[in-house]
Amino acid sequence: MSNTPAIELTNATKRFRTPSGALHTAVRDLDLTVAQGEFVAVVGPTGCGKSTTLTLVSGLEEPTEGEVRVYGEPVRGINPKVGFVFQQDAVFPWRTVLSNVMAGPRFRGVPAAEAKERARDWLGRVGLGAFEDRYPHQLSGGMRKRVALAQTFVNDPDILLMDEPFSALDVQTRALMSDQLLELWAGTGSSVVFVTHDLDEAIALADRVVVMTAGPATVKEIFTVDLPRPRTVEAVRLEPRFVELYREIWASLGEEVRITRERGAGRAA
Amino acid sequence: MPLETAPAVAGKPPAATPATRTEARERAARNRKLTVYGARIAVLLAFLGLWEVCARTDVIDPFNFSQPSRIWDQIWQWVTHGTAQGSLGEQIGYTLYEALTGWVIGVTGGVLLGIALGRIRFLADVFGPYIKVLNAIPRIVLAPIFLIWFGLGPASKVASAVVLVFFPVFFNAFQGAREVDRNLVANARILGADNRRVTLQVVIPAATTWIFTSLHVSFGFALIGAIVGEYIGATKGLGLLVAAAQGTFNAAGVYAAMTILAVVALLTEGLLTFAEKKLFRWKPADAGDGR
Repeated sequence: MSNTPAIELTNATKRFRTPSGALHTAVRDLDLTVAQGEFVAVVGPTGCGKSTTLTLVSGLEEPTEGEVRVYGEPVRGINPKVGFVFQQDAVFPWRTVLSNVMAGPRFRGVPAAEAKERARDWLGRVGLGAFEDRYPHQLSGGMRKRVALAQTFVNDPDILLMDEPFSALDVQTRALMSDQLLELWAGTGSSVVFVTHDLDEAIALADRVVVMTAGPATVKEIFTVDLPRPRTVEAVRLEPRFVELYREIWASLGEEVRITRERGAGRAA
Repeated sequence: MPLETAPAVAGKPPAATPATRTEARERAARNRKLTVYGARIAVLLAFLGLWEVCARTDVIDPFNFSQPSRIWDQIWQWVTHGTAQGSLGEQIGYTLYEALTGWVIGVTGGVLLGIALGRIRFLADVFGPYIKVLNAIPRIVLAPIFLIWFGLGPASKVASAVVLVFFPVFFNAFQGAREVDRNLVANARILGADNRRVTLQVVIPAATTWIFTSLHVSFGFALIGAIVGEYIGATKGLGLLVAAAQGTFNAAGVYAAMTILAVVALLTEGLLTFAEKKLFRWKPADAGDGR
């Protein structure tokens, strides 16, 4: 069991039919393995199909070709072991903070009292204990994101999928949230796939950084981040090894970004 | 205004400055409110006064156009001596009963079907064209048919209220169920919600905004359905009062019944707004300003 990779994508391809009827390949021949307890960051040019990779692992979408396995089992529908933090706000606006965090356990049939207790515990850990009666619109963007984190972590996911979760936040809040994420994750032993367009964030958080090609996305190169843990985002950024890694990975990523940009320019012309 | 506040600020210690300004602003807001209310009443009085004067000086024919004092006399007579069909309260009660029953049935049907069709594509594809066809019929012409089917009693009025209420509610519920934020649905499914829970706990709450918009409009439709039904043929109700007054060339009676209807409609509208405020506590306060 412990040697089984948490996530295994083999030759995964996903095609969509666009509204105009054309076939659009979002992901092609994707091979990626994530070990148990590993933190993998996925970086790539905008719109290349990084998010699609996550929806394939979560079971929200099925691959057109190839296979996706979670703990050795092929993915069929939504896996209860998976947690997903979305890019946009996905907390329920008509529920209070507490009720939002309780939603997962309640959906899974946990009795209300126990769900409330677990939700309060996680709200405390993300520092929102005093806000449990508020509605999402009464909170700041960073606080809403923390609700989303608590909402996901309360289900004890073995696999955590994060789709540019902090991209809508300002720089300072983002650094704080990253540290908080590392703290929360450290206790769980879960595997993380963290999609981002921010290379700084990717290196600071991850054990391995996966660089995707310009769309249709496939794995271009994988870099191992050999920075010691526990890390804090602000401190790790100043280490020489961080800068070295940044330069190395950017050499690979920058090329794909350029290709995407040229394509965009070509299309515009 | 600045002239007025400046000496007050200068005369007080600096700590009190914000409070004074806030007070001044509050006072200005209060004054504005009073002015608006005053102007509203003035418009009403001017309108009624002009009407009364024109009728008394025979600029307009009071037999056809009636006049406010006569309308008031008519209302007062109905209140104190009852109408030819029974007490006024009974007539209002009948109309409200018919409208409310029709409204509840129409809303329930519209919401259930709208959400079912919004969630289940197959149903939407099969029933879509039929609903469009039914919606294309001017539904008020169904009222005579209902009168034949269900007789002079309340049932025929309830039926015409139902057909008027059903469609706007249905289309709003359908739209609401269709336009639920995909992220919310995806999130609920990841968190472990099955289809039933997604419908009950995500789609329905998200669609309530849409549904409530239609509830406001549709209660008006329910009243129209009930009144038109009564007007065509009934034994009780405000619509019958209108028909009876018209039959005896009593213009004041028609206006009086209209006035009573307007008051009833406004009161129920107020109740709905109140309920809506209770229900939508989760919404940002400024969202309601769109109306």
